[in-house]
Amino acid sequence: MAKFSKKPIELLQSIDYTPPRTDWMSTPNNFADGRWAYPGKPEKIEYLMHEMPGNFANPREWSPGDVDWKLPSNWKEIVHEGFKERLNKYRSLKVFMDVCVRCGACADKCHFFIGSGDPKNMPVLRAELMRSVYRKDFTLAGKILGKLTGARVMEEDVLKEWFLYFYQCTECRRCSLFCPYGIDTAEVTMMARELLHLCGININWIMEPVANCNRTGNHLGIQPHAFKDIVDFMLDDIETITGKRVKCPLNEKGHEVIFITPSGDVFADPGIYTFMGYLMLFDAIGLDFTMSTYASEGGNFGLFTSADMMKKLNAKMYAEANRLGAKWILGGECGHMWRVINQYMDTMNGYLQGPQMRTPVNPITGTVFNNAKQTKMVHIAEFTADLIKHGKLNLDKTRNDYIRATFHDSCNPARAMGMLDEPRYVLKNVCNHFYEMPENTIREQTFCCAGGSGLNTDEIMEIRLRGGLPRGNALRYVQEKHGVNTMACVCAIDRATLIPLADYWAPGVRISGLHEMVANALILDGESERTMNLRQEEFEELFAQEEE
Amino acid sequence: MNALYSLVFVFALVLIPLIGVGAAKLNVFFGICIPSTALLVFVAGFVCKVYGWARRPVPFRIPTTGGQQEPYDPTLFKQNKWDNPSTGPQTFMRMLLEVLCFRSLFRNTSLKLDVKNNVVAYASAKWLWLFAIFFHYSFFIIVARHMRLFLASVPMPIEWLEFGDGIMQIGVPRMYMSDVLILVGLLFLLGRRLADAKIRYISLVNDFFPLFLLLGISLSGIYMRYFAKVDVMAIKELVVSALQFQFKVPAGIDNSFFVHLFLVSVLLAYFPFSKLMHLGGVFLSPTRNLPNDTRMKHHENPWNDKGIMPHSYEHYEDDFREPMYEAGLPLEKLPEGAEEEAKA
Ligand code: SF4
Ligand code: SF4
Repeated sequence: MAKFSKKPIELLQSIDYTPPRTDWMSTPNNFADGRWAYPGKPEKIEYLMHEMPGNFANPREWSPGDVDWKLPSNWKEIVHEGFKERLNKYRSLKVFMDVCVRCGACADKCHFFIGSGDPKNMPVLRAELMRSVYRKDFTLAGKILGKLTGARVMEEDVLKEWFLYFYQCTECRRCSLFCPYGIDTAEVTMMARELLHLCGININWIMEPVANCNRTGNHLGIQPHAFKDIVDFMLDDIETITGKRVKCPLNEKGHEVIFITPSGDVFADPGIYTFMGYLMLFDAIGLDFTMSTYASEGGNFGLFTSADMMKKLNAKMYAEANRLGAKWILGGECGHMWRVINQYMDTMNGYLQGPQMRTPVNPITGTVFNNAKQTKMVHIAEFTADLIKHGKLNLDKTRNDYIRATFHDSCNPARAMGMLDEPRYVLKNVCNHFYEMPENTIREQTFCCAGGSGLNTDEIMEIRLRGGLPRGNALRYVQEKHGVNTMACVCAIDRATLIPLADYWAPGVRISGLHEMVANALILDGESERTMNLRQEEFEELFAQEEE
Repeated sequence: MNALYSLVFVFALVLIPLIGVGAAKLNVFFGICIPSTALLVFVAGFVCKVYGWARRPVPFRIPTTGGQQEPYDPTLFKQNKWDNPSTGPQTFMRMLLEVLCFRSLFRNTSLKLDVKNNVVAYASAKWLWLFAIFFHYSFFIIVARHMRLFLASVPMPIEWLEFGDGIMQIGVPRMYMSDVLILVGLLFLLGRRLADAKIRYISLVNDFFPLFLLLGISLSGIYMRYFAKVDVMAIKELVVSALQFQFKVPAGIDNSFFVHLFLVSVLLAYFPFSKLMHLGGVFLSPTRNLPNDTRMKHHENPWNDKGIMPHSYEHYEDDFREPMYEAGLPLEKLPEGAEEEAKA
C-alpha cells in the first residue's frame, strides 16, 4: 500500500488552484502509486462475466502502474460502439455532451478539486475528457476541425486518463446542483465507467463487493451461517448493555416487514452499533419483522459498474420479500442504497413485486407512507420520526448528553432524494446538543465523504483525504466553535470513510449512525438500568470527560 | 491563443461583406441569399437537434434534488416544492425559475482557501448570474425589437418594449438600455474567461468565438443606429420584399448594415451546431425537468431488460444448505439425510 504521511498543514500548503501552463490535452497523466485503486481480481471478473453477460470483459492480471494494460485488440471499436449505444439509450448523456457552455460554475464545487487543485478534477473538465472524444467521433464540426473545437482522437492515453479521473469522482452530484443546465457529471462518470468495464478496466474495491453481493447476498461475502453468528454476537452485546435479550428473526416467513440494511452495518465499527440500534428499536415497538441473509445488502455497488448490474442486485429485495411473504420493506441507513431505491428501483424492478405487497403502513401509528406507495419501501429515518411524533418511543435524551452532535448529509439521500429534515428531527429528539455545520456545506450543498462510489479503499488514501478537505474543514469549524465531538450520518459508507477523514482533519470527533443515538436514548420495557452506551463505554467516564 | 484565433476569425468575417458589397457589389447575395440560407439552416438545425434529444428515451428519473422531498407527513416537514418538486405544476415552476431567473446560477459560490488559518470558505458569488442575466435579457429584448422589421403593423407589446427600453431618453436617436447592457454583459463574460485562470484553462475556440461574434453584431448594430444612422425604412423594404420572394435590394443602404446582417447570418448558421444550443437543451435536462416522484409513481423504461433476474434464492440455498441447516436457519429444502438424522 502506498504510504501516506503528509501532515494536514503540508497537504493544505500543497494545494494550488493555478492551472499548469500546458493545456490540458497535452498535460501527461500521473500514474504514481497511490493515485489509483487496485484492479479487479481475474476470478471476480470471470464470475461476473458469467453472471451478467455483456457488462464485463477481459479478466487478467494487470496494474494501472504498468505501461501495457493488456487491452483487447479491438478496444477502440468497443468504446466507440458502447458510447454510441449509450448516447441512444440515455437522453441525459446526449444532452450533457451537447449543452455545456464551460461557464465553470461547477469548477470549484467538487471536493476533489478543492482538495487537490488538479484542474482535471473540475467537473467541467472531467466531463470534457469524455466530451472531447464525443466531438471527434460523433459531431461533424469535431470531425472536420478537430482540436480547434476541443475534439481529440481516442488513444490509449485518453482511456487511461478516463480511468484516473472517473475513479476520482464519487458520483456525489454536487456539481449538478450548481450547473445552470443541471449537467450531472455523475451521470457522465457512470457512462464512462460502463465503457471502461467493457474493456476490462475496473477496480477491485468495486468488483469484489459486486461479485460477493451477487453470490452471498452482501458485499462482504458473509455467508448465511456467519451472518447469523454475527447477529447473535450483537444480541449478546445488547443483553450486556440492557439486560434484555431482543430478537432478530432471519429468513423467516410470514412477517409483515422485511428489514434490509447495508451489510457494512453488520461488519464493523461503528456500523454495528447502528445495527444494534435498529434491533433495539424494533423490540421497543414490537415490530413484526424479519431480516434475510439472502437479501442481506441494501447498498448497491452495481450502481458503480452498470445499470444492468445494479438492476440484478437490487432485484433480490423484491424477490425475497415475495418468498418470505412480507408486505413492505423497511430500509436501513445507507446512501447509495437510497439513490437506487428512490431513482431506479421501481422503474427497473417494480414488476417483480408480489401481489402480497402493500403501500407501507406503520403498524404502530397507523401512518400510511403514501410517498412510498410505488416502491413499497420506507426509510428508517422516516419510520422513526413517525414513531417519535406519535409519542411511541420512551426516550431519555440525557443519556446522550455527553454528545455534542452535528449531522452530515450523505450525498445520495440529500441530492437524489431530498431527505434532509427527517433525520434531523430524529436527532434533535434524542440528543440535546445539536449544531449545524456552515450553511454552504450541509443539506443539498453537502460535501462528500470522498469515499463514495467504491472509492473507500486505503491505497488511495491521499486522494480520499484531499477530497475530504471540505467536509473535514467544516467539521473542524464546529468542533472548535461548539465543541462538537460526534458527527452523525445515515450512510454506511460514510460511517466507514468519515473515520479516517475526521481523524485527519478534525481529530477527536467520532462518527455515529443515527440509530445508535436513538437506541442510546431509548428505554426498553423491562431493561435494567443502563450504565454504558452501545459501545460499552461507561456513562460515568463519558460524562466526566465531557465536564473537563 | 483560443481567444486570439476567435478574434481574428471574426475580423475576417467582417471583411467578407465589406469587400463583397463595397467592391464587388454583391448586394443581393449578401442582402438576401446568405441571410435566408442562414435562417433555413438555423431553423432546420434547431429542430433536428431538439428532435434528436427528444426522441432519446429518459429511462430513469434522475432529478437533482435541491431541498426537502415531499414528506410522508406534510405537517411535520415542509417540502421545498420548487427545488424538489413531486408534481407536474411544481416541476413547471422549477423550470420556469430556471429558464427565466437562472436559479441554479444564482446559487453560485466561490471558494477561498486560507491556509494560514486553516479555513476553506465559500462566499456567495452572484456576478456571473448578474451579467448573464444582463446579456440574455438584453439579447432577448433586442431580438424582439427587431420584429418590427418583419411585421407590417407593429404589435402593442413590441411598442411597449421599445418604449421601456428607451425610457432613459438619452440622445438622438434615443439610446436603448439593452444596447448598453448587452455590451456590458458580453464584455464581462469575455473578461471573466480571460482573467480567471481556471476558466481560461477550460475555454475553447467554441467559447470565445460566439462572444466575439456577438460583440461584432452588437457593435455593428450600434454603429448603424447611432453613427451611420442607416435608413430603416429601406431596410424594412428589403426585409418585406424578401419575405414576398422579390429579390430586390433598395439602394442607399449603408455598408455597415451588410456587415451586421452577415454576422447575424453566421450566428444563425452556427447556432444549431454549437454550445449555443443550451437555449434548447435547458428545457430537456433530465436532472431539472422531472419530478422527484419515483417512489410514488411507476415510470417505464422502454428498454428495461426483464430477462435480467437476480441470482435466485434456490441457487443460494444450494450453495449454503449444509451450513445454513447447522446454524438453524429456515430452509426450503433440507439437506440430504437431515430428516433421517432428525428422526434418529
Ligand atoms: S456549470 Fe454546467 S455548463 Fe457550466 S461548465 Fe459546469 S457543467 Fe458546463
Ligand atoms: S459528481 Fe461529485 S465527485 Fe463527481 S465531479 Fe461532481 S462534484 Fe466531483
